[in-house]
Amino acid sequence: MTSSSPRRPGTIALVALALWIGLLVLISVWMAGQSYHWLPVQASNAAPLVDGLFSFETGLGTFVFLGVISVITWVVLMHRAEKYDISDAEPIEGNTKLEVIWTLIPLAIVMGIAIYAMRINHQLGILGPMEHIHPHNAIEAQGGYPGDQLPSESIEVIARQWSWEFRYPGAKVSSTELHLPVDKPVTFRLTSDDVIHGFYIPAFRLKQDVIPGKAINFTLTPTREGRYRLRDSQFSGTWFATNQADVVVETDEAYQSWLNQGASQPLQDGLSDAVGEYRERQKQANPGWATVQPAPPPQVNVPGSNTLPHDS
Amino acid sequence: MTSTIPLPQSEPEQSWTRYFGFNTDAKVIGIQYIVVAFFFFLIGGFLAMIIRGELITPAADLVDRTVYNGLYTMHGTIMLFLFIFPILNGLNNLLIPTMIGAPDMAFPRLNAVAFWLVPIFGSLLIASFFVPGGPAYAGWWSYPPVSIQNPLGNLISGQGLWLVAVALSGVSSIMGAVNFVTTILRMRAPGMGFFRMPVFCWTALAAQTLQLIGLPALTGGAVMLLLDLTAGTSFYRPEGGGDPVLYQHFFWFYSHPAVYVIILPVFGIFSELFPVYSRKPLFGYVYVSLASFIIVGLGLVVWVHHFFPSGVPEWMRNLFMFTTMLIAVPTGVKVFAWLGTIWRGKLQLTTPMLFCLGGLINFVFAGITGIMLATVPIDIHVNNTYFVVGHFHYVIYGAAVMGIFAAIYHWFPKFTGRMPYEGLGKLHFLLTFVGANLNFLPMHPLGLMGMPRRVSSYDPEFAFWNVLASLGAFLLGVSIIPFLLNMISSWARGPRATHNPWNAIGLEWLLPSPPPEDNFGEHVPTVISRPYGYGLGEPLVEHQAEIEQALILQEAT
Repeated sequence: MTSSSPRRPGTIALVALALWIGLLVLISVWMAGQSYHWLPVQASNAAPLVDGLFSFETGLGTFVFLGVISVITWVVLMHRAEKYDISDAEPIEGNTKLEVIWTLIPLAIVMGIAIYAMRINHQLGILGPMEHIHPHNAIEAQGGYPGDQLPSESIEVIARQWSWEFRYPGAKVSSTELHLPVDKPVTFRLTSDDVIHGFYIPAFRLKQDVIPGKAINFTLTPTREGRYRLRDSQFSGTWFATNQADVVVETDEAYQSWLNQGASQPLQDGLSDAVGEYRERQKQANPGWATVQPAPPPQVNVPGSNTLPHDS
Repeated sequence: MTSTIPLPQSEPEQSWTRYFGFNTDAKVIGIQYIVVAFFFFLIGGFLAMIIRGELITPAADLVDRTVYNGLYTMHGTIMLFLFIFPILNGLNNLLIPTMIGAPDMAFPRLNAVAFWLVPIFGSLLIASFFVPGGPAYAGWWSYPPVSIQNPLGNLISGQGLWLVAVALSGVSSIMGAVNFVTTILRMRAPGMGFFRMPVFCWTALAAQTLQLIGLPALTGGAVMLLLDLTAGTSFYRPEGGGDPVLYQHFFWFYSHPAVYVIILPVFGIFSELFPVYSRKPLFGYVYVSLASFIIVGLGLVVWVHHFFPSGVPEWMRNLFMFTTMLIAVPTGVKVFAWLGTIWRGKLQLTTPMLFCLGGLINFVFAGITGIMLATVPIDIHVNNTYFVVGHFHYVIYGAAVMGIFAAIYHWFPKFTGRMPYEGLGKLHFLLTFVGANLNFLPMHPLGLMGMPRRVSSYDPEFAFWNVLASLGAFLLGVSIIPFLLNMISSWARGPRATHNPWNAIGLEWLLPSPPPEDNFGEHVPTVISRPYGYGLGEPLVEHQAEIEQALILQEAT
């Protein structure tokens, strides 16, 4: 903007400006590094890609934000009207060259970000319902996922108001705790019995809505052992907040032995916090506003737990 | 006073009771809109206090979960349909006719009908608190199938009333939009070509065009949802062959542009006020004006970015990511133009200017998180988390509501004839700016950590940021007190305002404060230059000196 000024900025001013911009760049780079700490642990092969993009945008965003703040602060400190000065400032109505520059540079930046994001998108190969399949051909590996391995296991996920049920058709095991082997692609077949739910595991950075009336195949690869939260991410009614399940990522041996052990257990009530809370609530004289009754707890071999400490 | 120049005359003060009846004067309707909007703002704000009270601890312990869901649904609905749209229509009513020199709106009776629908559907919405089963609880998006589950099975349910209210709100807004667009296109002062029109009118024209294009989609979608709810149709019911995701398309086809309906007039306010309080012309007036229409065009083709995880094919995700990204360009043009306007100005840090600067800072922050949300891989992670809630509230409260406060302080003297108090105004600004940032900034780390929105309880690891957010919310609640005190006391007995207390350029400042019922009446001045001629020394209209002389004489007597 100094170009519209009749005065030429002095050398000292230019050096100071360059130093200031250098400082902003340093802060932006530092923020880009910090941004990894704001996110949960990386537990899938998608997570580093997403986090890298987020870090990049955090750095860029920090620079833009601090740049704007710098201009505003400078103006507020240096370009204030003197007390009782009600005269007008020098009328600058515009500057075509500047306007072209501040159109083209942001255009280049956002298109750059979009192309970067599109490539990551492609790498993630997240599947949509256009590729949904019918129940009778449930196990079908969908393309587009990085890596040359085919999913070794297909797990049926049934979302309900308000519980998650996981079925392992190969091993004939069902559970309300999701167990996955580490470093192996796994394909889920997502279905809902009632309303739209969101299949969201923050540590995996992945999310897919579960749409009633459709079966959606969804592939991911866990990369870190640990216990994580699966959260319902699409508002599903009264006990939406309790509609969580634990995801246990473990070695292949541990996973196989969990499956074997599970297969030998009889069916029993799975986890459903909503059912318990609903029972308590019905005892009250004036429980609150109307609610849909929770579905009965799924009958599963392994209820698992949702109260153990989790990594994220 | 010269006899050749016909001048606007002050009128004897009219009875205050006109504000309570069916009045067709746009200035009365404008104030009616604004006062009703603030009434609902207090209700919506009170609901927000309960929400943040519940969320200050991880457990669901303050209210029952059904109550929480009803409260957050009503908070969003009231704030959007009963606060922000009505208050913007109030500003449109006050500013459009006076800024373009029209005696009133093009269709004054339609205007009054559009306003009176607001208390009607507002009462309907509030009444839904008292029907059996409670109010709607499916969120302000009201996605089926949750929204059509109707647990009690009654014909009259909270959700049903909600849908009727939203449809009526759409009808009211369409009536308003027809009026505003016609008025701007047909009733400008002589000499006021499009490129001599104040930017607020440009942005109002752009925003109301969006209303006309987008609202029929929402209204149609809502009627189909109402039929699914009450008449057993299956537009969205999967078990009857319907598609629940179809509703999301109808809803966001309007409701994304709706965000521009809100923010565009606020861009207009910024563009009006930065020149006044920097004593400089608006930087790049023509480009800023046209950028609003670029935003309109792009704003209509981004709606799918609201539900990337709903199951949208990859090509569609990429397409809508690109269109969303492009919006950053015309928006950036505006931000840079405002910076160019204040650069080397003679800044006066009055209350309206502080609100504009604070709003601009918040808006830039919201823009950056908006770019993050536009990129699909990040959106997949943070979609439906508190990151989105934080982004949205930075746009709506941080930028739009602060811009609206700026406008109210700036034009208060014009339409009430009284000056607001600066001290209370600055206190209001400080509490609002600190409160909004304390309230909404912590929502971003929460979303990144994976806390879903709309939860009535959460895991303990989210407690720290939630406590901060709740404290910020309570501070925001307190911030309304100096505002209300200021408005009531200065309207009742504030110092008398002159016709142009801020030394601003614009047709509205060539009218007495408050303006007579028909504004300039038969004697509309001829506009001879562009707006915002600060420092240029050119008059805005013919015979400007005589008009101002007469106004000063009038004020002296």
